[in-house]
Amino acid sequence: MIVADRKPFDEIMKMISPYEKILLLGCNECVTVCAVGGTRETALLASQIRIRRQIEGRITDVGEKTLERQCDPEYANTLAESLNDYDVVLSLACGCGVQFVAENYPDMPILPAVNTRFMGVTEQAGIWSERCQGCGNCVLDRTRGICPVARCAKSIMNGPCGGSHGGVCEVNDTLPCAWQLIIDRLKARGELETYNEIEKPRDWSTSRDGGPRKRIREDMAL
Amino acid sequence: MIPVGNLQKVLTLGHFAVTAECGPPRGADPDVIRKKGDILKGYVDAVNVTDNQTAVVRMSSLTSCLVLKEMGLDPVLQMTVRDRNRIALQSDVLGASALGIRNILCLTGDHQSFGDHPGAKNVHDIDSVQLIDTLRTMRDEAKFLSGQEIKGAPDVFIGCVENPFADPFEIRALRLAKKVRAGAQFVQTQCVFNIEKFMRWMEMVRDLGIHEKAHILAGITPLKSPAMARYMKNSVPGMDVPDHLIERMGSIPKERHRDEGVAICLETIEAVRNIEGIAGIHTMAIEWEEIVPEIVKKAGLFPRPELK
Repeated sequence: MIVADRKPFDEIMKMISPYEKILLLGCNECVTVCAVGGTRETALLASQIRIRRQIEGRITDVGEKTLERQCDPEYANTLAESLNDYDVVLSLACGCGVQFVAENYPDMPILPAVNTRFMGVTEQAGIWSERCQGCGNCVLDRTRGICPVARCAKSIMNGPCGGSHGGVCEVNDTLPCAWQLIIDRLKARGELETYNEIEKPRDWSTSRDGGPRKRIREDMAL
Repeated sequence: MIPVGNLQKVLTLGHFAVTAECGPPRGADPDVIRKKGDILKGYVDAVNVTDNQTAVVRMSSLTSCLVLKEMGLDPVLQMTVRDRNRIALQSDVLGASALGIRNILCLTGDHQSFGDHPGAKNVHDIDSVQLIDTLRTMRDEAKFLSGQEIKGAPDVFIGCVENPFADPFEIRALRLAKKVRAGAQFVQTQCVFNIEKFMRWMEMVRDLGIHEKAHILAGITPLKSPAMARYMKNSVPGMDVPDHLIERMGSIPKERHRDEGVAICLETIEAVRNIEGIAGIHTMAIEWEEIVPEIVKKAGLFPRPELK
């Protein structure tokens, strides 16, 4: 899933300062699972804004709505009517959702309430961590299910670097060294000899380096 | 094979090599490099210039190498994969070879979060093993990484580093073997303080026969003070400074700290010289280059071979 963090409240207040009629738009997908932009978080942020505006003595109409998915025309297209009553949308979706709503309603300012962080997993309640960078050319078969592109701070394909110590990365003691994990797996499976193969330079054109990406399935396209 | 420079000659002829590290200035004054070069000249076989070490911006390694080259020293160009992609790296290899800077040491590089620009983008287009392989292909096959032909291939002596003190320990000799297979001809290790561990690593290196395929230089760093020893142990990634050395440095009066650091350093040199497969030392006297001549003399490694 896509994991996000809510922006600092003061930054949000600054962003919405010109507006009096604000629609907070949550999303029922990833940002709900990572507890940053679902119905509950939308209601919480709406209350915070109302209280702050009340303290400031500004009459503000703060609406709330949550779409099933802001990144999908099936849901994003249903917004038109609701937008009539507002002069801005503050979206709690990831960057994809914010942009897709903005594309569909070019006359309406759409502001981001969250910082989109990464594609990751829920390690345990309240802890999410990155797993994939969407490089477009998966190597997990060769690295025994642990991605060196996303999980090694230096994306080393023939690791580990000299900064791996006690199973953690030199960058941060809370980060496991991806290569330590890979080697542990290889050892456990008696496959350490595969470590000796030199992994050749990658073709990054399938990643973001090749420019913004698009996928077309002609059999599905209308 | 005709050696590309002094370092390769010294190593090929079987002399115990001595190299030194030289950190470029955080400014545009070439005299800083010249002063360091003057101190080291005659005492080392080659001078190794760091590439924005610890991810702090400094004068470029290539430029600093040229300054040293003009002084008659044999420079070693350090090249990290942190800041440049394959286009920039290959371009710099061509440039270095054109300028007569023929020793190139391939490294990953410290993560930029340690440096003075933690908000910088890190590149890591290729890794250090792949860079070694790229240099070998450029030299031996006259081909770029793309497979396209190079008109006028670079002639380089390819080096790499290895940290015997990082984890997982059992992979450290295997990883070096990978680098040597990729094309590394000489190796500089992380600073050796933990001699016992270093010896165990060298045993693994010998078991794999790596010492017969590449010249291995042990990293030597003189400690200046107990504070430096503690800092290196606790704050420098991949450094292994045993507690007994920190205690030893701390047990003597402050005015003798540097002498004690030199004494430890000489003991380490003596120990590594006796390890089968060690072809030389690489001194890394961090912002203390002026101590290198004393160390080289006291270690009985002076004068250096003069080879034509």
